[in-house]
Amino acid sequence: MFEDILITIATAATPLLLAAIGELVTERSGVLNLGVEGMMIMGAVTGFAVAVTTGSPWLGVLAAILVGAAFSLLFGFLTLTLVTNQVATGLSLTLLGLGLSGMIGESFVGRAGVKLAAIRIPYLSDIPYIGRLIFGQDPLFYVSILLTAGVVWFLFRTRAGLTLRSVGDNHASAHALGIRVITIRYLAVMFGGACAGLAGAYLSLVYVPQWVENMTAGRGWIALALVVFASWRPWRLLVGAYLFGAVSIGQLHTQALGVGIPSQFLSSLPYLATIVVLVLISRNRRLTMMNTPASLGQPFVPDR
Amino acid sequence: MDSTGDAAAEPLLEVRGLSKIFGTLKACDSIDLEIRRGEIHALLGENGAGKSTLVKMLFGALEPTAGTIRWKGQEVAIRSPGEARRLGIGMVFQHFSLFDALTAAENIILSLDDPAPVSAVAARARELSRAYGLPLDPQAHVGDLSVGERQRIEIIRCLLQDPELIILDEPTSVLTPQEADKLFDTLETLRSEGRSILYISHRLEEVKRLCDRATVLRGGRVVGHSDPRRETAASLARMMVGGDVPVVVRDKPAATREALLEVRGLNRKAGHPFAVSLSEIELTVHAGEILGVAGVAGNGQGELFEAISGEALQESADTVRICGHAAGRHDITGRRLMGAAFVPEERLGHAAAPFMTLTQNLLLSRYRTDARAFLGRLGIIRNAVVASAAKRVSTAMDVRKGSEDPEATALSGGNLQKFVIGRELDRQPRVLVVNQPTWGVDAGAAARIRQALVDLAKGGSAVLVISQDLDELFEICDAIAVMHGGRLSTPVPIAEATYEKIGLLMGGARPEATSGLPLEETV
Ligand SMILES: Nc1ncnc2c1ncn2[C@@H]1O[C@H](COP(=O)(O)OP(=O)(O)OP(=O)(O)O)[C@@H](O)[C@H]1O
Ligand SMILES: [Mg+2]
Repeated sequence: MFEDILITIATAATPLLLAAIGELVTERSGVLNLGVEGMMIMGAVTGFAVAVTTGSPWLGVLAAILVGAAFSLLFGFLTLTLVTNQVATGLSLTLLGLGLSGMIGESFVGRAGVKLAAIRIPYLSDIPYIGRLIFGQDPLFYVSILLTAGVVWFLFRTRAGLTLRSVGDNHASAHALGIRVITIRYLAVMFGGACAGLAGAYLSLVYVPQWVENMTAGRGWIALALVVFASWRPWRLLVGAYLFGAVSIGQLHTQALGVGIPSQFLSSLPYLATIVVLVLISRNRRLTMMNTPASLGQPFVPDR
Repeated sequence: MDSTGDAAAEPLLEVRGLSKIFGTLKACDSIDLEIRRGEIHALLGENGAGKSTLVKMLFGALEPTAGTIRWKGQEVAIRSPGEARRLGIGMVFQHFSLFDALTAAENIILSLDDPAPVSAVAARARELSRAYGLPLDPQAHVGDLSVGERQRIEIIRCLLQDPELIILDEPTSVLTPQEADKLFDTLETLRSEGRSILYISHRLEEVKRLCDRATVLRGGRVVGHSDPRRETAASLARMMVGGDVPVVVRDKPAATREALLEVRGLNRKAGHPFAVSLSEIELTVHAGEILGVAGVAGNGQGELFEAISGEALQESADTVRICGHAAGRHDITGRRLMGAAFVPEERLGHAAAPFMTLTQNLLLSRYRTDARAFLGRLGIIRNAVVASAAKRVSTAMDVRKGSEDPEATALSGGNLQKFVIGRELDRQPRVLVVNQPTWGVDAGAAARIRQALVDLAKGGSAVLVISQDLDELFEICDAIAVMHGGRLSTPVPIAEATYEKIGLLMGGARPEATSGLPLEETV
């Protein structure tokens, strides 16, 4: 029973973590992409469509990643090359994604999906209490954890990661040093898109192997809030994703049990928590300075 | 400086007809320049003469509109700073190009082409910093450092690349005299190693002492070459300005003893690990008086400024009194309303918002104090009034700019400084607190700023000047106090003050002690 709850929480947290870790990298490079929800739903519908058509969930996952990245490339072209406003462009990307996915997915509504099978390691996954939790989950769960570790390593241990953080901190200085600000931002934006696409595929191939319109149900927004909640630190992001996952599962259970807490209040908890965290971190100027990408959302036009 | 063979005789860098046009402004107008191997070449000129623009083109940070650059006899197009570095050109920028959120070591790594690990670079940086007498803590976050400390990082970063030509854009304007001396030794060592240095500075004495040749710019054009050793500071200045440089005239201090700015028992805990805590600061500035605060960088001057300006509040309202009002619990706007004005050290980003126009910047600092003039009913901004105030400031301070109302970042350093000081002076404040008023300002403009401060005091205001430039303090102050380790000495009246006396007070403050952490602290 206990293990079941934990596994449900992990299932709820994984798509949040996948989308948020991508957005974290994007924002660390100084770009604010509010289109996570749109890229996620595009990933969900493409992943589902390809998986159902070809019968291979893995092809579906691959397609979702590519579509997420392509969709973010559109965002990158608009905001980085044409220097449009990032907030407005991100919002329209979400709207576009929601609309477009509904159209693409129309003929897939109600069709039986293909589920990405969970991994079963003999013996290990039979260990009581933790066996299935650690050794018997779906492959994307492991991907999300490895991705987080990989991002930590990349951002704080590699030179490329340092360059990316420097671009997010001060793009004018980076440019003056000869760092290719725009190229790096393109790559970061596309990584974010690929991760969002993957998160979408998780929803339509693992979470509920089905296509339902608007099935992301605001998870893209929660992912965005999570990045701030984690104050741009990957490990905190992991903790946050599981916290938010737990809250959303708890919300379902309390609703089912008929506890007298309005469900709207529970669904707003992640956002409330984010506000509280924002207030707390902004009290510590040093912490804010060290972690918040200082050029976040600011347009960059090189001085020539 | 050997002249064996043709290769050594030909110049390292040769520039012909280099021009740069911003909109309608010719920042550089067909400039010719030649830098030989193993020489220290000075680039002189007033604020806005085009010095930074020229060197940015040499470093690939700006694209020339016209002209050619030859490097070791070969014509080259330097399209990016990376290409410049590969050719062997290194540069220390005037407005720092550092990353606040990163450590000193990380900042250095970013400018190196070879992918060395952090620890190795930190070790090399520490080695260089010791060899060249530029103390540096590789693990310190740049955001926590003072301007002088940041510049050391820039210099070390440049030296680490082992360049053949080193461009220094006003490297000493923020260094203490001791630090500057060490830098000169460094530069002389580098010259003896056969490297060339292109040196921009407004301090003509050091140019005389250090440089082999000088090229003088005025209004984007080369107006002359000279051998600085044969010139005097005054003759060099005349060449730059194209006329005589004004001398600051100071009358006897007015006789009133009305205290306008009082600080009593100011204590402040360091906000972050690298800040200095202030203890028991006492100071009084009377009407008509200019009090100077001298001291080596990083001894709490910045913290003192923040405490007086209201960027940091005090626990007790009486700790800071402005024009007789208890100001300790008031923020910066509240203190401005009591009649005070403040000019912080960092002009770009602190004193002025870089991407806002001068007019907007003027409104930002004065919308409350001048609400009656600048704001109409319902708080609607009277643009015409604000614009004419900005224009008045520009005229009064002789701010040279490319267009009518440019963004702050488009102004040359010295001109922006004149503007931010003029903006506050224009209010005729009863109390003025200014930190490093003439950092990077040319001789003519510096004289103008100092004269303005003297005139303000003569009109009955109290002026507090925090500066590292002892000459400046001796020129304009009635008394000088010294800041050391977060404590302030009792002021020495100017009649009794000598360089030795003040130097002694600054004395215990070895530059090594300023970086907060011992250098041995490793990665
Ligand atoms: N990016 C820009 N856009 C428009 N005008 C500019 C820009 N950069 C510089 N200018 C203008 O070009 C002129 C030369 O500026 P520059 O910074 O080269 O002067 P400088 O000689 O370095 O002066 P200082 O001694 O004050 O540093 C100035 O009038 C300045 O306003
Ligand atoms: Mg300059």
